[in-house]
Amino acid sequence: MSRYSAWEILKNAVKGNRDWTPAWRRAEPKSAYDVIIIGGGGHGLSTAYYLAKVHGITNVAVVEKGYLGSGNVGRNTTIVRSNYRLTPNSRFYEKSMELWRELSHDLNYNVMFSPRGVLNLALTPGQMDTYAERGNQMRLMGVRSELLDRDQVARLNPGLDVSGSARFPIEGGLLQPDAGNARHDAVAWGYARAADQLGVDIIENCEVNGFLKEGGRITGVETTRGTIRAAKTGVAVAGNTGKVMKLAGIDNLPIESTVLQAFVSESIKPIIKNVVTFGAGHLYVSQSDKGGLVFGGNIDYYNSYAQRGNLPVWEEVISELLAMFPAFARVKLLRSWGGVMDMSMDGSPIITTGPIDGMYLNAGWCYGGFKATPASGWCFAHTIANDKASEYNETFTLERFKNGQSIDELGAGPTPWYH
Amino acid sequence: MKITCPYCGERDHREFTYRGDATAIRPSIDNTSLDDHQAFVYDRKNTAGTHRELWNHTSGCRTHVVVVRDTVSHEIFSCEPVGPFAKQLARNVAKLKGAGA
Repeated sequence: MSRYSAWEILKNAVKGNRDWTPAWRRAEPKSAYDVIIIGGGGHGLSTAYYLAKVHGITNVAVVEKGYLGSGNVGRNTTIVRSNYRLTPNSRFYEKSMELWRELSHDLNYNVMFSPRGVLNLALTPGQMDTYAERGNQMRLMGVRSELLDRDQVARLNPGLDVSGSARFPIEGGLLQPDAGNARHDAVAWGYARAADQLGVDIIENCEVNGFLKEGGRITGVETTRGTIRAAKTGVAVAGNTGKVMKLAGIDNLPIESTVLQAFVSESIKPIIKNVVTFGAGHLYVSQSDKGGLVFGGNIDYYNSYAQRGNLPVWEEVISELLAMFPAFARVKLLRSWGGVMDMSMDGSPIITTGPIDGMYLNAGWCYGGFKATPASGWCFAHTIANDKASEYNETFTLERFKNGQSIDELGAGPTPWYH
Repeated sequence: MKITCPYCGERDHREFTYRGDATAIRPSIDNTSLDDHQAFVYDRKNTAGTHRELWNHTSGCRTHVVVVRDTVSHEIFSCEPVGPFAKQLARNVAKLKGAGA
């Protein structure tokens, strides 16, 4: 399979674009692999890629119950950032940012990473103080941050209502200039193609419906396309963690699944420069390259495995968007959708060996999994290859809850629907 | 979603505050097992399907109710009073309803 390049585009254009080949093979499942990754989403595919590239383990299968990218990797609002306060999170998400910056070159696939800046608006003087603290924490971890006053915020995003008569007058904001977004589908396809080229089998429409257990050890999976054996089985199924882990007899994880909705409007001319978030509720909005406003807010606050939510969230999210940008009142909503989120008890992820021998778990991404895609795969691959966590995920264990070492960025306690 | 509060009748779910899995029961005060307390605070069955859960009718009667709901279809099967005064309250409601109130 050829490398993508300007020369390839030209060559194929001249030949009428008849010779492009599929980006990855339609692999048939073999009877055994060194490693099976359950879940062909962003995290599963990036894990397979780094297993092959960094650790030289190429006899790997990624099994996906639907088509590739049909889950949360194709359902998010594409935001990439690392503006965290707690050290384990800062370190992990900065590792992710490092990988994001080179990802298009690394994968030879344009993921359209666009570091346009993430701007958190502050609506009260108290919130400005909090952001000053967070900005300082970020700088201490080597993450660039800038505290902006109202005029600077207004210059960056001219559509914002910065008048004193706004329902929630804007004081200023905290900007992470190196954050931004990326094209989510391209991330899934890019990892799939790069992993495939290194020899990984990507097996779509292959649902796991049981685990093989021998002497208390997981030795493979039963799927709708037959039995597949492997010494090591990694689970990276996000919102379906509860369902899949139950097949292995585990039903006591510190995770609850909920639904998060996202929205996209019709295309309008460029007006929002950054990813902008609202300080008085929860809303994040950016403008896609096609011109649509892509936005979302809080999860629906109840357990759910439905990939659709309820209307009160629409009202909340849209009213917050209009409080910031009154000019959007006449913009039509194009689509909305829902994804199932694996909300952990402290809002931080789990990338660990176990909980059964031969099994590895990658879960608890709440609704921030997209930005973690490269680092999550990198760390999970390291954990699977070495049977030991890397320095970036050594605190993302299951035991941390029992040991009183939870990583609670928000300070919300064990109420997963508030993280 | 609409939840039929046993006291107030059918209301939009936005009047209610979600309070989580109703099957997680706090261990007794005499139980000194760290594992049991940890399980109560952190471990959840995270059921796909029929789920027993607590809601508080925050913008209504402010009592807790146990809702049985399907987490895949969002269909609500029942909504029952809960807590030490649940039986008394249910009797009072039945009496009021019987009186045509």
